[in-house]
Amino acid sequence: MKLERAFFAATAIVSVAATAAMAQSDATTLTIATVNNGDMITMQGLMDDFNEKHPDINVEWVTLEENVLRQNVTTDISTGGGQYDILTIGTYEVPIWGANGWLVPLDDLPAEYEVDDIIPAIRDGLSVDDTLYAVPFYGESSFTMYRKDLMEEAGLEMPDAPTWEFIRDAAAKMTDRENDVNGICLRGKAGWGENMALLTAMSNSFGARWFDEDWNAQFDSEAWSNTLNFYLDMMEESGPAGAANNGFNENLTLFQQGKCGIWIDATSAGQFVVNDDSTVAEHVGFAQAPDTGLGKRGNWLWAWSLAIPTSSENVEAAKTFLTWATGPDYGELVANEKGWVAVPPGTRSSLYENENYTGAAPFADMTMASMNTADPNNPTVDPVPYTGVQFVAIPEFQGIGTQVGQQFAAALAGQQSAEDALAAAQELTNEEMEAAGY
Amino acid sequence: MATQHSRSAARLMIAPAVFVLLVWMLIPLCMTLYFSFADYRPMRATFEPWIGFDNYVSFVTSSSFTNSVITTLQMVGGILCITIAGGIALALLLDQPIFGQGVVRILVIAPFFVMPTVSALVWKNMFFNVDNGLFSYLYKALGLQPYDFLSQAPVFSIVVIVAWQWLPFATLILLTAVQSLSSEQLEAAEMDGAPGWARFWYIILPHLSRAITVVILIQTIFLLSVFAEIFVTTNGAFGTRTLTYLVYQRVLESQNIGLGSAGGIIAVILANIVAIFLMRIVGKNLDN
Amino acid sequence: MARAITTRKKVMWTALSWGIGLLIFFPILWTFLTSFKTEATAIADPPVWFAFDWTLENYRAVQERSNYPLALTNSIIIAVGSTILGIAIAVPAAWAMAFVPGRRTKDVLLWMLSTKMLPAVGVLYPLVLLAKWLGVMDSRILLIVVLMLINLPIIVWMLYTYFREIPGEILEAARMDGASLRNEIIYVLTPMAIPGIASTILLNIILAWNEAFWTILLTTVDAAPLTKFIASFSAPEGLFYAKLSAASMMAIAPILVMGWFSQKQLVRGLTFGAVK
Repeated sequence: MKLERAFFAATAIVSVAATAAMAQSDATTLTIATVNNGDMITMQGLMDDFNEKHPDINVEWVTLEENVLRQNVTTDISTGGGQYDILTIGTYEVPIWGANGWLVPLDDLPAEYEVDDIIPAIRDGLSVDDTLYAVPFYGESSFTMYRKDLMEEAGLEMPDAPTWEFIRDAAAKMTDRENDVNGICLRGKAGWGENMALLTAMSNSFGARWFDEDWNAQFDSEAWSNTLNFYLDMMEESGPAGAANNGFNENLTLFQQGKCGIWIDATSAGQFVVNDDSTVAEHVGFAQAPDTGLGKRGNWLWAWSLAIPTSSENVEAAKTFLTWATGPDYGELVANEKGWVAVPPGTRSSLYENENYTGAAPFADMTMASMNTADPNNPTVDPVPYTGVQFVAIPEFQGIGTQVGQQFAAALAGQQSAEDALAAAQELTNEEMEAAGY
Repeated sequence: MATQHSRSAARLMIAPAVFVLLVWMLIPLCMTLYFSFADYRPMRATFEPWIGFDNYVSFVTSSSFTNSVITTLQMVGGILCITIAGGIALALLLDQPIFGQGVVRILVIAPFFVMPTVSALVWKNMFFNVDNGLFSYLYKALGLQPYDFLSQAPVFSIVVIVAWQWLPFATLILLTAVQSLSSEQLEAAEMDGAPGWARFWYIILPHLSRAITVVILIQTIFLLSVFAEIFVTTNGAFGTRTLTYLVYQRVLESQNIGLGSAGGIIAVILANIVAIFLMRIVGKNLDN
Repeated sequence: MARAITTRKKVMWTALSWGIGLLIFFPILWTFLTSFKTEATAIADPPVWFAFDWTLENYRAVQERSNYPLALTNSIIIAVGSTILGIAIAVPAAWAMAFVPGRRTKDVLLWMLSTKMLPAVGVLYPLVLLAKWLGVMDSRILLIVVLMLINLPIIVWMLYTYFREIPGEILEAARMDGASLRNEIIYVLTPMAIPGIASTILLNIILAWNEAFWTILLTTVDAAPLTKFIASFSAPEGLFYAKLSAASMMAIAPILVMGWFSQKQLVRGLTFGAVK
């Protein structure tokens, strides 16, 4: 009895407190969970414009590092949501969460939003059965960034569409470890969104795949062995020390400091390698991601996107925010503050027809070309039962991808051979898939 | 002599603590127990309340389980060794009459106030980082190849970080014990011509045994749940997955709540075995 | 100590202690220095020690990007709140266990410590579901209660070991003089127990301040403390050492200063029964 009464008393206090908190403001408050990437931080700096247009909407930011963001957002949504009104998630989560009915469908966006302007491949990736569940804030494929000056010194010229053999050869020639120049920088840090994004996309160009049509793991295939061995050998010849700890951000820093000859990574890095932080800005050239002549290039497709969970009580206000943040006018807003080069890339086709942008962003054409060749519905040489270029769009992938990534990172750190890493990956993937009921 | 009156008063005084901890134990723990027998995977919208011991079986038989237990033991053992050895040395040092004792003590205990996330970030980026870390500059200054701590000696690196944070705690407790050592005894030994190491081994160390057990007990409780340091530095790669981290991976990365809950229950059981074992020693040490 | 100490010896010990002390303190010092550098100086090779243009730019940038005052307030409220609540529950319990030990006292104590062994992530979903059901997600109350529960076993244990060392004869003497239980507690025992309680409070504040699992996962904005504030500076794009250092200093400075000012109190009672 006592317990029950205490419990009721406690709930009463809490609900009084909650009502009091709500009564404080008439304006709608949106809570937005977002990742601490440069483009998002720029957006937070532009809030004056939004507040001016929509004085009745307050925006609260929860800006977190990517891994912590995932922890928070996933915990929230899978326990019924309620903490956030807008989530920043990627092309991996959107189809899964959309299909689970956790996201508000965005098929009624106003005409001036010009939804058809969004790059088709991205729009596809954010839709389930042709219903849009999230809008892209910035999109990316992957491409090759290289130092023209070092290439020239090595007596080479980068073709627009290089092969992996060429990259390896060029990297070896540029490497000058005495002077702290590494021919190639690639992701090595374990994680499904870190080294596995690169390696999965790379494996596609080597003719490998994650699963065959019956969902059997394919790490015992020759194609995977070729991929991993090629990657490990190349990194040993020309990669930086400590590559196994380098993710996107670490490699970006290395490249900006002039310590990399070639860096194959996200097209969204384009604006950062040519900005003021970069000591090599004037020497950077861009090319497509490499291939091996099998018909697939190792370039992925990703978009950090904004979605509204169905648990949100402020869906209309949230939609207003989405149309502002990803709408056709946002680009110009950024351009006025920070210059055209800083406009979030990879979401709207019109941006790539805008001469202000293509004039300011030397990576624009190559970005568009890369985005157009990535095909999530048809990512591999051999047929597969899944979609996604650098990921497998099933809920289990997050866990499996990271664990496989850890095996490969350990191989890169020299703690095990490529064969052992592949065998371990094969075993754990099958183990997990079996547990998941495939 | 406790009277009947004071005894019931005592019960009343203990009651709130026992009650809140019971509630804390019962509600979340029972829910975890319940989930551990369920197939609960929110990402698949799967919830089947009873699948028997399947989760337990797959958690224990998975290839990563044994490794994670070994890693946990290595990590906890390593940290305990460093903090206790270092703590004794520091305690003896701080016991010496020196100039500015107060300031030195402040310097030594400072790491204890630093939050684990911050210390992991600082160590990882500003010390261990192979391109821009201080250790790399040091190696280069000595004409050596920079060493990639986090991938070449991952467990050791994390042990260093955590030991740095806990060294002050061990030092403080051991310092109090050192200060309670009677100087007559030591002087007598010195008169008898006992060399320094013998005084340490036969007089100081036995005197500290009680403090050492206390340090082991309290630290073990905290060290078994080390999480932020691994999460920030290696994210579980390079064989740094402890049991706690494995449970984290099952719950949050694989989104398999059933499996993770089973792992959690197993972790509680194993931790309690360690605890009971420790308690036996401490209990004995505290009684006499 | 009665032994004569030569000045030379003292100087030698002093040098050694200071050397080691500075070595242990160095990571914090380095973070402090880096927080005043520009991003480029922060990774300069060779490292720059003091001769750089000190700038407050990083602090300004961090401040601009986040709500530091709110995070700080939350950290203080949560740490202090959970400590007060914990002490209120733990003092009577530890008191009774120490002065009126029963047959089961030791078992109860051991059981309490064993609740500390729950791996946090194992009970994450149950707790989040529970908090949502009660409607207390992202509230300071929730964190105060959760952190109190996590640390309660440790503080009961710490207080118990401290109280046990208060000699029982004093109690008996007071009783002979006809003091009631109430007076006995207020006038005799409390003054003796103060150092132990003070140091327990300090330890609990430190532990609560630094807790970085629940404080991150059970909060969004309103109750988010400094541990969550740090999570937005850990690995953004581009160079970030200087800003990370500034954010780190902002997160640890308050507790560091508190610790320094109160270290005497902290040390006095921090024995856990280590000394007989």
